[in-house]
Amino acid sequence: MPIRDIQILYFASLREQLDRDRETIALTGDLKTISDICQLLAGRGGAWKGMFDGSMTILYAVNQQIARRETEIKPGDELAFFPPVTGG
Amino acid sequence: MISVQSDDFSVEAVCDELRQKAGDTGAIVTFTGLVREFAKDRSIHLMTLEHYPGMTEKSLQSIVDKADKRWDINDSIIIHRVGALKPGDQIVIVAIASRHRKDAFEAAEFIMDYLKTDAPFWKKEHTDAGEHWVAQDSKDIDASRRWGSTNR
Repeated sequence: MPIRDIQILYFASLREQLDRDRETIALTGDLKTISDICQLLAGRGGAWKGMFDGSMTILYAVNQQIARRETEIKPGDELAFFPPVTGG
Repeated sequence: MISVQSDDFSVEAVCDELRQKAGDTGAIVTFTGLVREFAKDRSIHLMTLEHYPGMTEKSLQSIVDKADKRWDINDSIIIHRVGALKPGDQIVIVAIASRHRKDAFEAAEFIMDYLKTDAPFWKKEHTDAGEHWVAQDSKDIDASRRWGSTNR
């Protein structure tokens, strides 16, 4: 993975609706927080817009730790988006 | 010990393991979660459990670490299954060994309440009416919250 990239993982119903379980994106200068990434993804329109425009409850994790929209992203990070959890 | 696995587990084997390292253990409490056959009047023929490999284990360990700080626990075993399960199948076991029963009961309940709201697992039910992802239950969020702030 090139040095400025981040890996994004999608789980459960998100993965199904977006028809994608992962992707790699380049972390350009304007992408600093999870919120910035959400905006980028919402900009794709369609199912992406519905998912990332703030109307749906999505949880975030960075490097396998729960994160918030304000959490900053660095190159090499693993970012994950998923619905509220239902284990146990 | 924490394990996320597709294989079934034996409650007796888990208890035996905790007894072997007994030390001053006077109490062993276990909780076992099962796949229900019915949900909202629909018969479930299959439940599939997805998880976030890597984060699941870290999350369970973090929950156990929190319990360790609050209660006097000698040892614990948490096993959570993933993959395709049938009605009646075992999903999860939380087993706690401690000197006294109060710590064991409370720690087990705490760990289950937190697992329900924090651990990255997702259940999908397959019924006659089709398949759907299970939604988070507000009762589980309330249960998790009642333990108060634990520096999450």
